[in-house]
Order: sequence, then structure tokens, then C-alpha cells
Amino acid sequence: MALFQGLGERLNHIFSKLTKRGKLTELEIKEAMREVRVALLEADVNFMVVKKFIATVSEKAVGEEILKSLTPAQQVIKIVRDELTTLMGGENVKLEVSPKPPTVIMMCGLQGSGKTTLSGKLALSLKKQGKKPLLVACDVYRPAAIDQLKVLGKSINIDVFERGTDNPVKTSREAIKYAEKYMLDTVIIDTAGRLQIDEKLMQELKEIKKEINPTEILLVIDSMIGQEAVNVSTAFNDALDVTGVALTKLDGDTRGGVALSVRSVIGKPIKFCSVGEKLTDLEPFHPDRMASRILGMGDILTLIDKAQEAVDEKQVKEMERKFRENSFTFNDYIAQMDNLNKMGGLKSVLSMLPGIGGKIKQLEESIDEKMLARNKAIIQSMTEKERENPDIINGSRRNRIAKGAGVQVSDVNQLIKQFNQSKEMMKQLKNNKRGGMANLMRMMKG
Amino acid sequence: MGIFGNFFKKIKYAFTKNELNDDFYDELEQTLISSDMGVITSEDIIEEFRAEVKKRMIKDVDNAQKVLREILIDKLKFDEVEFSYPMIITVVGVNGVGKTTSIAKMANYFSKLKKNVMLVAGDTFRAAATEQLDEWATRLKLKIVKQGEGADSASVVFDGISSMKAKKADVLIVDTAGRLHTKVNLMKELEKINNVAHREYPEAKHLNFIVLDASIGQNSLAQVEAFKQSVDIDGIILTKLDGTAKGGVAYPIVKELNVPIVFTGFGETINDLSKFNVEEFVDKILM
Repeated sequence: MALFQGLGERLNHIFSKLTKRGKLTELEIKEAMREVRVALLEADVNFMVVKKFIATVSEKAVGEEILKSLTPAQQVIKIVRDELTTLMGGENVKLEVSPKPPTVIMMCGLQGSGKTTLSGKLALSLKKQGKKPLLVACDVYRPAAIDQLKVLGKSINIDVFERGTDNPVKTSREAIKYAEKYMLDTVIIDTAGRLQIDEKLMQELKEIKKEINPTEILLVIDSMIGQEAVNVSTAFNDALDVTGVALTKLDGDTRGGVALSVRSVIGKPIKFCSVGEKLTDLEPFHPDRMASRILGMGDILTLIDKAQEAVDEKQVKEMERKFRENSFTFNDYIAQMDNLNKMGGLKSVLSMLPGIGGKIKQLEESIDEKMLARNKAIIQSMTEKERENPDIINGSRRNRIAKGAGVQVSDVNQLIKQFNQSKEMMKQLKNNKRGGMANLMRMMKG
Repeated sequence: MGIFGNFFKKIKYAFTKNELNDDFYDELEQTLISSDMGVITSEDIIEEFRAEVKKRMIKDVDNAQKVLREILIDKLKFDEVEFSYPMIITVVGVNGVGKTTSIAKMANYFSKLKKNVMLVAGDTFRAAATEQLDEWATRLKLKIVKQGEGADSASVVFDGISSMKAKKADVLIVDTAGRLHTKVNLMKELEKINNVAHREYPEAKHLNFIVLDASIGQNSLAQVEAFKQSVDIDGIILTKLDGTAKGGVAYPIVKELNVPIVFTGFGETINDLSKFNVEEFVDKILM
């Protein structure tokens, strides 16, 4: 499911009505804004934030600016998108790095907001960037929270510092000493979840902050939170003067109005969003991209980033050549599939493509990740020669492959048919750049 | 006390020419939306309220507030969910809503009723989920059935039911993996758990409770719909009501599921769970 799908769909619907009209009158803008308001509120943007947003956008939409535009609808979309972008902070803000290591990152937030998992994701992401992170377990209240962090740390091969249910202030101080001793350059402190009105626990956070003076204090917020987002973020920010926000669970179909609310209420940048259950599912937050996503314009930029991470340059060039010469083989097919997996799977990639947003639900039903795994098994049951020259696969070879992969012959036939269709599809994409996407969709459904 | 009076007191001049004025309705809408009731539900309720005020020719604040309170209470009123033993309660919900804690609290609730309670660690997905439930089982001195991380949750449930029968336990509470409702495969796993439970112990009472966090917004509707497609939901556990969130999202959800809120959770300790009290809940929304 695409991020922010709900809101994007609604706004698209509103503006498709606008497109059918000529120039916009004040009354029409008012009407459109009424629908924008409902859409935003249903997306859990805070009531007051919506009020302010509508006022600003209406003001900008009415009058001269709109007359200059080619199509009024485009102009309104642009104004809404720009305003959304501004509201969410304009540009991506990176993590601060302390000039004197270690950089200390302290996580805080409500219970169940996803701090522990996010700590793990952040540690892994930093490790990939060549840092040496240390995870610190300071959640001494929730049963097994320390175990959870230890299991996470083990799975990504990152040290976890813990002192059982000792005082978290003391534990974090010792953790920093430990990091200094073992030359670990980033310390991530996972604190216990707490309600913003729990004075005793909020005091504990203040003490940890005072003791270790963190480089970053990240407020972790569940993107499914409702109107309450404003109270929560205000209270945490008042107590700790947080340096940034991380949004979790953005991979549901949550419309994520929280991004707008939090940013505009406490004025601190959203630095990360966490988009899946795998430990690699962490993304930097880009307000401009997110605004486009809200409007259903897809998120090509994120996709490109991901692709760069997953695929090396040489491979891409080689693949391009093969596309051009139409000499794509089953070996390439497997390589492609592996790359897709590295990018978070086919569904995640599709959800980021523009124009697919609305159709993703139907698509999702037709794509079965298990089927992809089965296809891989079939290909791996082929001989090297067969993979490179799919044309030689005759009846008896199909029989043998089916047996090897533990599937029916019909499954093998289907895969070969699909493979031939994909080749056909590439030819078409090459010849016909416009409408290529639509064809692609049709073929995938078929 | 007059907790409930506060909302009406905020609006000084609710009546103009013997009619509730627009300022009043604007303020009311804001109050309802701020409680996470959602725009559509809020508008429906306001409309109903308007009609009722008109019908009864109400001209004063006191009576107006009574009417509103009645409407809000009425929408959440249901027959109580009946408990009969032996009983298997499967607890579902997305990650981080407080499933495991609610299970422990419920176990404690039934233990206090002198029932023999057992737990099943069916969340084999999240790191250390089993340990967390295990820890609660130790604290509450309850028997727990578990397998390792990554085990098939339906098979853990199978073990749980065998053990429940052998020990003649009254209540079996099954923890399941928190999942985002958009993950089709994980939702199918829930179906399987339910099938196994019904097949292995058809004569027991089977209940599926969904745990919802009071602070979540309109997205929870999509969650609930998705869960509803996989399993029959019999009741709602609304958690984290100890925060400042009002939990107004309960309105659209109860409407969608047509099932009652059974329990509410309001704190960290094991006793912070009670049967749902609709009057208290409504008064908090209008506070």
C-alpha cells in the first residue's frame, strides 16, 4: 500500500472535479478547500493545524496567482503541495554528528510507538554508512524489553549494552564510557516508553538528558496516532527540547497526517520514517517527496535512492545492454528478482511508482511473493545452458525442471510464458515510451 | 462534580434567540473531532443532536447537554459479551497497541474470578515477544504454552489447547503477532489460528478480541475492517485511556464492527483493566 494513499486519492478526486471547470472563483476554491479540510481531518491531521493550513492555502489560491497559471487545477495542486512541503519543514534534515565522538542519540516516546525496533533500524543504517554503533537498553520497565533489544542487536551484529534493570541514568553514563573505551562512535539509547503526563518518568528522561547531554533527542511517534499527536509532541518537546522526530509504522495505509501535525506544532524536523517490519525498512524523511506522495504523485526519488543502494552501477549498465539487445535470460531474471528483494520487494517498489497508487490494491492481490519464490526455484532447477537459452527448453526438459523444483509442469509452462511476455514487454517499452506504463500494468495483471 | 458541564460552560452564549447558535455547533464539532471521532461521525452526531433539540423544543443548556450525553451513550450501548467456560480468547491487533499487557491484565481479571487461566505465546514473530508474555506468566503464576521464535503460531495454539484440556483449564488466552493489517499473509495466519482453535475444541466458547490504542486516529478504521475480514471480532479492548487521548475513535469503530467495547486499560499495573463503563467514557469526551 502506498504511503498516504488515502489522502492522495481524495485530493486527486477533488482536483479532478476542478479540472473540469474553467477558471476558479473564490466560491469554487472555498468548496475545494472544504473537501481538502475533510480529507486532512480524516487523515488525522490535527484540527488546529488544518484550520491554519486551509486559511493559508485559500489565501494563496484566490486572486492573481491563480490567473497566471495555465490550468487552475494544476495551480491549486501546486499551492497545496508547496504548502504541505513547507509545513513539513521543506528539506530533509540529517542526523547531527558530534565533533567529539561518540555521537549520542536518545530515543523517547510513548509506549508502543516503536522505539526499540527503530533503534535497531537506525543502528543498522549507521553501520552500513561505516559507523560503529552501540545500542543501549534503558527500558527497565517493560518485561523483556532488554531481551528484545538484545535479540535485535544480535541479528544485526551490533553490541548491546545493558545493566539489567539498573537505574537508566547510570546505565547510559556507563554505556558512553564503554563506547569511548571500545572506540564506538555512535551510542543509541533506547529508553522506556512513557505517557507524556507521567511526571516521574518524564523526570527520569530529563535526568538522562542532563547526565549524558545527547547530540540528538529523537521523539518516536507512531504514525497511526490521532489528534493526540499534538499533546504528545508538545509535552515531550517542552520537557526535553527534542532535536527531531522519527515516524514509525508508515507502511500501513495510515494517511500519516501526523507528519503535518507534529512538524507544525513543535517545529522540529522529522528526520526518519520507518516503513516496514524488516530492519532495513528505514528511510530519511523528505518533506518534498512526502508532499508529492500525499498528492498521489508517487515517490520516484525514494525509489531511485533505493535502487542505487541495491544495484551496482556495472550491473545496471549490463542490464541496460541486455534490454536493448533483447538478450535477457533467466539468469538476469533471477538477478533482477534479487535486486527487487533488496529494495524491499516488488510491492514496496510498485507502491512508489507514480500512477500506480490507486491500482495498488488490486495489484497487491495478484502478486504473490510466494509465487516469486517458486519461480526462483524453477529457474534454479534449470541447467546453465537452459537459463541462457530459454528457447531450448522442450517438453522433456520441462518435465525434468518441474520435478527438480517440486512443482507441476504447468507451473513451469506458466513461468516460461511470463518470461516471454516480459521480453515482449521490454520491446514495447523500448519502442513506445508513452503509454509504456499502462501496458506494463496490463501485462502484470494478465 | 460537573466534569461533563465543562464543555458547555466553555461556551458562554450557546443560545441566541432561544436557539443553539453556530458558535456552539462549531465548538461542539471541534470537541468531537479533537476526540478522534472523525469528521463524518462527528457531523452525523451533531445532526442527530440538532434534530433532537428541535424535536424536544429545548431552550436551555442543561437539557441540551443531557440530550447530547444520551446520544453519545446510546451509540456505545450493547448487551454484555457473555463469558462461559471453558473459553478461548484470541487477542489480535497491530503492533504496539498493548496486546501483551492487556492479555496479562485479562488473565489477572479471570484469575480473580477464581478461574484457572492459561496463556499461549502465539506471537512467534516479534523478537522477545514470548519472553515478555513468559515474564507476565511468571509474575502471575500462570501456566504458559510456548515454542521458539519463528515457530508456527497455529501449532503453538494446538499445543495450548491440548494442554488446556489435559489441565482442565477454564480460560485460554492466545497472544498473536502484532501485524500491520496491510500484510495479507500475516492476516491469513490469524484465520488459521482460529480454525485450529475451533476444530480442536468445538465445545469451548471462542472469542476474538481486538486491542485498540485510544490514541490512534482514523486509520484504525482500516485496521479494524481488515481484521474483520479475517476473523469474527466479538469485542474491543481499548487501551491507554490513562493518557490524555479521549478515544473518540471508538465511535466509528463500534459502528463498523457492531460489537461492544469489553474492557478498557488505563495504566501499567496489572490491575489497570476494567469492564467498559460507557458513562465514564462519554463524560471524558465531553470534558
